[in-house]
Formats: sequence, structure tokens, C-alpha cells
Amino acid sequence: MKSPRIFVPNDATAVACGADRIARKLAHELLARGVTADITRNGSRGLFWLEPLIEVETEKGRVGYGPVKPSDIESLLQAGMLHGADHPLCVGVVDEIPYLKKQTRLTFARVGIIDPLSLTDYEAHGGYRGLKRAIEIGPSATVEEVVESGLRGRGGAGFPTGIKWRTVAAAPADQRYIVCNADEGDSGTFADRLIMEADPFCLIEGMTIAGLAVGATRGYVYSRSEYPLAFVVMEKAIEKARNAGLLGKNILGSGLDFDLEMRMGAGAYVCGEETALLESLEGKRGLVRAKPPLPAHKGLFQKPTVINNLVSLATIPVILDKGGSFYRDFGMGRSRGTMPIQIAGNVKFGGLFETAFGITLGELVNDIGGGTASGRPVKAVQAGGPLGAYLPVHQFDTPFDYEAFAAKDALIGHGGLVVFDDSVDLADMARFAMEFCAHESCGKCTPCRIGSTRGVETLDKVMAGEQRAQNLVLLRDLCNTMKLGSLCALGGFTPYPVLSALTHFPEDFGDTPSLPAAAE
Amino acid sequence: MAVYEDWSTERAAQVIADHRHLEGATMPILHALQETFGFVPDPAVPLIAESLNLSRAEVYGVLTFYHDFRREPPGHHVVKLCAAEACQSMGGKALAAYAEDKLGVGMGETSPDGKVTLEPIYCLGLCACAPSALVDGQLVGRLDAGTIDEMADCFANGKSFGDA
Repeated sequence: MKSPRIFVPNDATAVACGADRIARKLAHELLARGVTADITRNGSRGLFWLEPLIEVETEKGRVGYGPVKPSDIESLLQAGMLHGADHPLCVGVVDEIPYLKKQTRLTFARVGIIDPLSLTDYEAHGGYRGLKRAIEIGPSATVEEVVESGLRGRGGAGFPTGIKWRTVAAAPADQRYIVCNADEGDSGTFADRLIMEADPFCLIEGMTIAGLAVGATRGYVYSRSEYPLAFVVMEKAIEKARNAGLLGKNILGSGLDFDLEMRMGAGAYVCGEETALLESLEGKRGLVRAKPPLPAHKGLFQKPTVINNLVSLATIPVILDKGGSFYRDFGMGRSRGTMPIQIAGNVKFGGLFETAFGITLGELVNDIGGGTASGRPVKAVQAGGPLGAYLPVHQFDTPFDYEAFAAKDALIGHGGLVVFDDSVDLADMARFAMEFCAHESCGKCTPCRIGSTRGVETLDKVMAGEQRAQNLVLLRDLCNTMKLGSLCALGGFTPYPVLSALTHFPEDFGDTPSLPAAAE
Repeated sequence: MAVYEDWSTERAAQVIADHRHLEGATMPILHALQETFGFVPDPAVPLIAESLNLSRAEVYGVLTFYHDFRREPPGHHVVKLCAAEACQSMGGKALAAYAEDKLGVGMGETSPDGKVTLEPIYCLGLCACAPSALVDGQLVGRLDAGTIDEMADCFANGKSFGDA
């Protein structure tokens, strides 16, 4: 018999749930049984409630078992896991799991399937076809392909990526930069992390294509200290790409030079804001810059810079490989293509769900996510990270689309959804939003720096029942000032969670209609 | 638990020299110093400033802006509990209070005996297996009171956590 191929994920979620111990135990047990098997550490499929998920290659396809504990290994082997045999933990052929089958994986096509650090695996699954095509059609056609795809910035702002590239390509300069914003600080998001850990070459290829398209020879990936594994995987992948001639001088004989470097943030949420990120890369405090000038004109070290979200850059290879119009044909309205939606928090089936825009919030939370993990009713969903609105259940018919969310005073942000059950107090969450803003404010503009602290104080008064009506008026006014007067989205969007909580859940702020007894 | 070198000007100068060629070298240098010594003590500031041709105020400004950089040594064990929304939705706040009690140290503090530092962290990207933590550099998901008990036991017995 040919030695079986077994997959044990090494993404952060799987590792945090014990995957390393499982890999060690499995290797040990196989050795004890005299079985030779090839254990590949793949990235996660993004079906996180099943992690750690062991997969075994069989004639039927890859059969999965999860969530596995080290103590399950013996019984799994005894049951015949190596042949894909049944077991209480068996989830069948992984590709057939509805959660995965219902997805449209374009950006995340290889995630969880391949060995993240195998260039052979990467190329066998369509890797570097995008770059080859970009070299073939040349820089300006590459930019136009991205414009045609309709891809919009996946970090949250939703600015058309192709237009940004066009601006940078047209800006005269002796040096241009590609900067990947991998400072994924939003709670409820892990798409960037998953790409870095599960398909790092995809990001490297995307950035290389960007470099070719706009004439940039240097790139930086700005990641986070909170993502220790992602950083290590990326560094190894960069090294491998460099050794294979896919980074450095004259890439694939194109005459193109491009190289890139990893950089690590240091726990400042505001550095996810593009100009603060650039300051940080330059070795300074992460203070937000006033715009204009746009980074496309004066970015890193005052040079024209493409600064894109990681998911945007990781989507470039498939766009170049299959064409802009292929990508554009997914989605709705002005939201083209697919979005990796991250379903998290108090949810039964948490994970990554890449799908075309247009799916409703309710489908995502209830049908895909399976409702709450606690089994209690869903009360609210925070969409788009700490600066995103809390949406109540009666807004679950909202389609996942930039404009549809904006129309409800909400944002899709980086695509994170955090589900809360009915035990949550939205006044607490509103207070947390202000507190977080105060904690993370870079301090450059007053509405954010001072406003957030005043917001916490005012909410404390409201919650203590102190002049509640007056303080709520004050709070709304403060939110308005922050929204309109802040330099960046930190101060400018903190009002979203606060006001949505107040609007949809007034009872949590003690704003209940007077009781009949009191009315008499 | 991490083992750090004792502060030495020569060693610090060497670490700085290893990174000073990088574009925007300040952050990589601060990270490297912290990795070497566990924190970035005040005498490091003029060394960095001189090497990068910056003012001490500029270096001090960067050092104090970022939450990660320490100016005092951490405890033997460092527990960073995620305090962001997804972890809150799964009872993170109550768990943090339990951890404070069980580990005998307030959030954001180091225990008087220098054994444990407990800090909040804002999002490890483990939001689908919340609550989560980073314990002595190791990621831990699906945290509960039992995990905290285990942690406390390990620390009390001088064992490292998570190595089963």
C-alpha cells in the first residue's frame, strides 16, 4: 500500500486548539504501529469549529475528522482513519461539507488544501499563472485588468484598487513602493492571517504583479505582533520565493525586479489606518497623516505608494489568471467579485466563508453560522470590526454589499461578523467602543483623542441613570462631532457602534417607555 | 516562558548595528532589543538615537507610542488575554476577572513577586474559537476557567504551560 497522506493544519486557530500536540501524537502513534505516512501541515480550510481537523487522502477524496483531541488519536487509528473509515468524529469528504461547498473560493481557492510552503503545490494549483500573464500583457494592460475586475479595497474603505494603481503608475518617481496592509486589527476578522498562514505565495504573487504594474521594485508587508505564526510563515515563503527567482532581480526573465520584506507592528490598532501604517513603517509614531496628499502621490518616504489591504492583493493573481471580467461577473451592484466573510464570536459554525456579494446577513448568521454557540437567541451582530455598527435581527435581510450596508448606517469593513446572544448589554458594548477608541487614538486630532474619553464618561453617566435624557442628547452630539471632525476612521467611525447600539437597543441604555404604574 | 539576556550596552549596540541598514529601522530595532532583553531600558534610547541620527525625543516618542514595547522587564510568565469584541461575546470579561483572581494579578500589571504579567490584547484573530489568549508566546483558543486553572498550576510549579 502506498503510504497515506495525512493533513494536520498549522494555522493559528488549529494550533491554538492543539494541532501541534496532535501532529506529534499522530507521528508517535504511527511510528509505534510501524506505519509510514506523510504528515503534511496544511493551512486551515477555515471551518474553525472543526479544528483541529485531520484530513486523510483517500480514493473518495480527502476525508476529515474533527475536532480532534490528542486523546482521540488512538481510537481514530483503530477505526481505520488511514483508509477514511467511519468514526464519531468523521465529517466525511471535506469538499462535500455544505459550509465549504456553498462557497465561491476565488481568493481562498488554495487555502487549507496545499502545503503553504510548497512552491510545487502552489504552482500545481494555479499559482504564478497570474504573474506570467501579467508579464505577457505588460504593465498598463495589467492595471486595466484590475480596473475591469471592479475590485474594491477589502480593508473597508472600498476604494477601487485599479484606480489606485493607475494613479501610482502615472505619478513620476525614481522609486515607488507596494505596501501590504496586513495590520488586521478588527475583532472578528482573520482573513489576512489565514492567507499568510495558508497560502503565503498568493500574497507574494499579488504584490509582485502590483510591482510590475506600477513600476515599483520594493514592497513591504506590515503585519502584527498578534500574528506570530503568520509572520514566520511569510518570512519563510519570501525566502523560498527569492531562492526560486520569483523575488529579486529579473523575475521569470521579465527584466522586472521586485523584492519584499516583512515588518511587524507593535500593538497599535491605529496603524491599520493606511497613513499611520506608513508613518510606522518609516520608523515613527503611528500618527495619522492629513490627506491630501494621497499615499498614491506621496506615500512611503514621500514616494508614490500602492497601499492595499492584504485580501485585495491576494485577489490579484486570480484576476490576472482568469481575467478582470471573470471576477467582475460575481457580486451585485457596485460590489463586484467575492468577499471572504469571517463569521465569529458567539456562533455555532465560526469560520471563513468566501462568497459573492449579495448574500444576506441573516443567511450568514443563521443558515451558514448556525446561530449562537450558546444556543440562546441572537441579539445583535457587529459587522466590520470595532468601528462597525451593531445590527439587530430585524435588519438581517440586509444584503452583504458596500452600499446596502452604508444605507443602514453600517459598514462591511474587512468582512468580519461578530455574533452576540441575548446576554449582551449593548450599552456596555457602546462604552467599550469609546474606551477602545480612547485606548488606540493616535492623539493627533481632538475629536478622537478627547471625544472618545468624554464618550466613556457620558456613557457612564447614562448607565448610572444620571440625567439620562440630557446625556443621551450630548452623546449623539459628541458622536456627530467625532464623525465629521476626526482625521481618520478611528475617531470617525467609532460613532457607528455607539449610535447603532443606541438606536436599535435603547432599552439597554435604560431608555424604556415609562411603566404604566409610573404614568398614573 | 522566555529567557532573556541581561542588559549590556555592547550587546545592545550589536543588535542595533544588525538592523540599522533597514529602511525605517526604528521599529525593527526596538523589536529586536525587546526580544533580546525582554524590554527596552532607558539607556537604549540614546544608543538608538545616535545610531539612526535621530533625537532622543524622537526615539522616546516611538518607544512610548506602541503598546507592545516595555520599558520595564515583564514577569517570568506573560499572559495576554484577548479583550476584543469576539472574545467578549463568549464571556471573555468574566474570564478575565477569573484570571485576575486566580493568577493573583490585576489586568495590565505584573505580580509583586515578578512571576506573572497579565495584559489585555486586542485581537489574536482567533475570533472563531474565542475566548483566546497568548500565553508565553503560545496561542490558546477555546479558553475557559479550566485552562486558567491549568495555567496557574503550571506557573506555581515552575512548569511551562501547554507543553503536554
